[in-house]
Amino acid sequence: MAFAYTPGLRVADVTTVRKERRLPLKGRVLVREGADVDAETVVARTELPGNVKMLNIANILGVPPDDIPELLLKKEGDPLSENETIAQSRGLFGLFRNTVRSPIEGSFESFNKVTGQAVLREPPIPVTIDAYVKGRVVEVIPDEGVVVETRATFVQGIFGIGGEVRGFLKTVVKSPDQELTSDLIDASCSGRILVGGSFVTVATLRKAVSAGVKGMVVGGFDDRDLKDFLGYDLGVAITGHENKGITLVLTEGFGRMNMARATFDLLRSREGMLASINGATQIRAGVIRPEVVIPVGDEVQGKPPSREQGALVTGSPVRVIRAPYFGRLGRVSALPPELQQLETEAHVRVLEVEFGDGSRAVVPRANVELIEE
Amino acid sequence: MAGKEITRILATDCGSTTTKAILIEKRAGEYRLIRRGEAPTTVEAPAEDVTKGVLNAVGEIEDLEGREFLDASREGIAVGDDLSRGVDIFVSTSSAGGGLQMTVAGVVKSMTGESAQRAALGAGAIVMDVVASNDGRLFHEKVADIRRLRPDMILLSGGIDGGTIDHVVELAEVIRAADPKPRFGVGYKLPVIYAGNRDATGEVEHELGGMSALKVVPNIRPVLERENLGPARDTIHELFMEHVMAQAPGYGKLMQWAGHWVDGRWENVPIMPTPGAVGKLIEMVARAEGIHVMGVDIGGATTDVFSVFDSQGQPVFNRTVSANLGMSYSISNVLASAGMENVMRWVPFRMDEADLRNRIRNKMIRPTTIPQTLEELIVEQAISREALRLALVQHRELAVGLKGVAQERTIGDAFEQTQTGATLVDMMKLDLLIGSGGVLSHAPRRCQAALMMIDSFLPEGITMLAVDSIFMMPQLGVLSKELPEAAAEVFDKDCLIRLGSCVAPSGQSKDGQTTATMQMEAPDGRTREFRIVYGRMEVIPLGVGEKARVTIRPAKGIDVGAGPGRQLESVVEGGVVGVVLDGRGRQPFGLPAGDAERIRKLQEWAMAMTAYPEKFLSLGR
Repeated sequence: MAFAYTPGLRVADVTTVRKERRLPLKGRVLVREGADVDAETVVARTELPGNVKMLNIANILGVPPDDIPELLLKKEGDPLSENETIAQSRGLFGLFRNTVRSPIEGSFESFNKVTGQAVLREPPIPVTIDAYVKGRVVEVIPDEGVVVETRATFVQGIFGIGGEVRGFLKTVVKSPDQELTSDLIDASCSGRILVGGSFVTVATLRKAVSAGVKGMVVGGFDDRDLKDFLGYDLGVAITGHENKGITLVLTEGFGRMNMARATFDLLRSREGMLASINGATQIRAGVIRPEVVIPVGDEVQGKPPSREQGALVTGSPVRVIRAPYFGRLGRVSALPPELQQLETEAHVRVLEVEFGDGSRAVVPRANVELIEE
Repeated sequence: MAGKEITRILATDCGSTTTKAILIEKRAGEYRLIRRGEAPTTVEAPAEDVTKGVLNAVGEIEDLEGREFLDASREGIAVGDDLSRGVDIFVSTSSAGGGLQMTVAGVVKSMTGESAQRAALGAGAIVMDVVASNDGRLFHEKVADIRRLRPDMILLSGGIDGGTIDHVVELAEVIRAADPKPRFGVGYKLPVIYAGNRDATGEVEHELGGMSALKVVPNIRPVLERENLGPARDTIHELFMEHVMAQAPGYGKLMQWAGHWVDGRWENVPIMPTPGAVGKLIEMVARAEGIHVMGVDIGGATTDVFSVFDSQGQPVFNRTVSANLGMSYSISNVLASAGMENVMRWVPFRMDEADLRNRIRNKMIRPTTIPQTLEELIVEQAISREALRLALVQHRELAVGLKGVAQERTIGDAFEQTQTGATLVDMMKLDLLIGSGGVLSHAPRRCQAALMMIDSFLPEGITMLAVDSIFMMPQLGVLSKELPEAAAEVFDKDCLIRLGSCVAPSGQSKDGQTTATMQMEAPDGRTREFRIVYGRMEVIPLGVGEKARVTIRPAKGIDVGAGPGRQLESVVEGGVVGVVLDGRGRQPFGLPAGDAERIRKLQEWAMAMTAYPEKFLSLGR
């Protein structure tokens, strides 16, 4: 193949990020267009009818259903507190009365004279949706939600797990090739999003969860650890719903892989800033990648993007994305047009890459991706 | 066809991972393949438009051929009379939408929910979620999950005929509230198939008719003890190919491009879904030769299996699309479905499991990479064996004589659901097995493709093996509709690489014992005798187009096609590999249990087939 594309991962110093925030069912939008919102601001809410509890009053009182209405102390729609008396039998000469009490807090919804059943309903369940990122509401979707726009540093990962979380960024490694080891996690990491280097193990990830770390952005992770952490083998890459107490964003891939220098430096330059991250990944046509969004406000000036997508020329900075040079970074030093034979005996288009240490290797063009300068 | 004779043809196939272009021309009175180009399929950022990949693949042909095929703006294919540029016709197939990912819904999770799941799996879909009235989630949680997963299609079932209506309607309400947005966004309604209680049809139509592309089919569970998966399964298949695949970004533009001029008028040639195109070609072969044929096309996201076998004296064509098995997007699903052990068993050296897992995952997240080292190639071919094996399992289950006939289940079966039904697939009857797809067509040595196909499909008796030379069956399939003679000629001369016959006695024996003797009358008239030894493989040289009469005498209890222990007289055909004698046994075929012995055997077989350069023996040491 003569062409090489990156998977389209964006690493932007400053860009405009828009996020649609919709309720799972219709409700009330609580903010107006133009409003400034924080990440935690509830932008829309709705209420779901509470769960229903059936109570057979006739059986409990030992009275025919027809006679119950006279014994009811509550009428339809009345609020109920737990243990509140709903009905009481007359007893014998006013003695030995049987009582029916409410097992729940909620309301008395209805009574059926045929079955003797009362329907009690628990209080409505509120469902809310927040803004996810600090920014401005640029569109209101009536009864459903809003679109929030923000100026932010934006980094897409290649794979992630866990849903939306927020926290202040804390870089705990010194360089992009350093592993994020468990000794780097202490009480100061609680509530933070940690930026690591090349790798993290499942043991460290678990320690991070117990230390209250909200999220982690690292270069690589072992697939065996992923299975261990999730408790199952991932079939297709559709993630984001894992409820494991932490959100993990991998910037490079599986195995030990140094985080790209540009990504690492960019994240480190945002030290202490509030970031919103999401591990949701869907690798299929119509791809979704995990993301790190760090709203920067108007004061930070962005650098223009330096890369022309898809153009592979001599001097292009690349990362090799397949063995035997997997994860190594370098620059294209030659683009021979003719097909060349690989060790596999296949004849393919190749390029020559010069690595940081000055060594050179020939790799298939399909096995490199362009990276940001 | 009216108008000028078509002599220059450009055909592309937009796969989920790679877009392949071929140039066919009529030279000296015959249609031949002239060039081939390929480029990554472009459905992801930064180029979310399939036509970009088409332009790139055609651009590669331009580079190699030194002529221009793109129009002056370089934003389309030049189709017209200008002999210095472009072609007379452009046709294309596409499977760029990738695999099929579904959410299914049923009233009771373990009853209609499971039936719905089986119907979807049977149609080759990936089931992302089973929504049921009793699944423990609250209404809004179900809604949120459907939205988050963005299924390509939803199968709604629930209730036996005459049973519950409320619960089914409630599920329809969940789908309506979710109003899921398809992966490819705007301008298309999500396909929803309703296959539940017929009495609820009206209300379901009321709920979902406007907001989705609703299709109503007969109930998959009309009564508790009977399952009727056929109609739902067929509709899933049909909608996938007609609806979902067509949603890849840029597909509309590609549709405009495909066509030719007929008497001064532009005539479009419809884009064919890849499995449809390959199936057409397989059917054509079976019909022309009057034989039993199977074909398999293993792609990045899906693996398609085709077969033509007799049922009550009539040839019956079956096609299955396993949208959850493939070598890139779906590669991790192969691992999850087959299990690590089953993949590892085909690797002829010791390997760290953690390392293998990471390699497979990295292929999934970066689907367009290719193996550079021998070790990587062998691992990829090991995975392909399991993908092919699982696709065949699925095909066997679905390839039954009459479509849509209900499977009878007893009340006992209703609680312990298992697949039943007799398959038409009979490996002993199979005459020709054709492989296509990147991992088979681009295997550096043709004998690697032969070995992958034999290991995964386990043909029995005498079976001719062939492989698509450069992965061009999809393009020829769509071309066969417009120009059957050109498609047939190129298929025969440039596409179909005959590997040779495989002779595989079926039955069990002891290692080293003779399971059959084969007397072969070579084309030069000389007669030679070969022993097929249990547990071993051997290749006899016999060239492409050469045929030899054989008399095979199997040992007691062993079958080579005429029945256990009975002599068979037949013909074997040569090819680029030769005639493969596979004495490893069938029914069942097994690999040695111990690691060392297994590796020794795999190496021995690979050496017998000259599958890899000898240095592979030192891998993993």
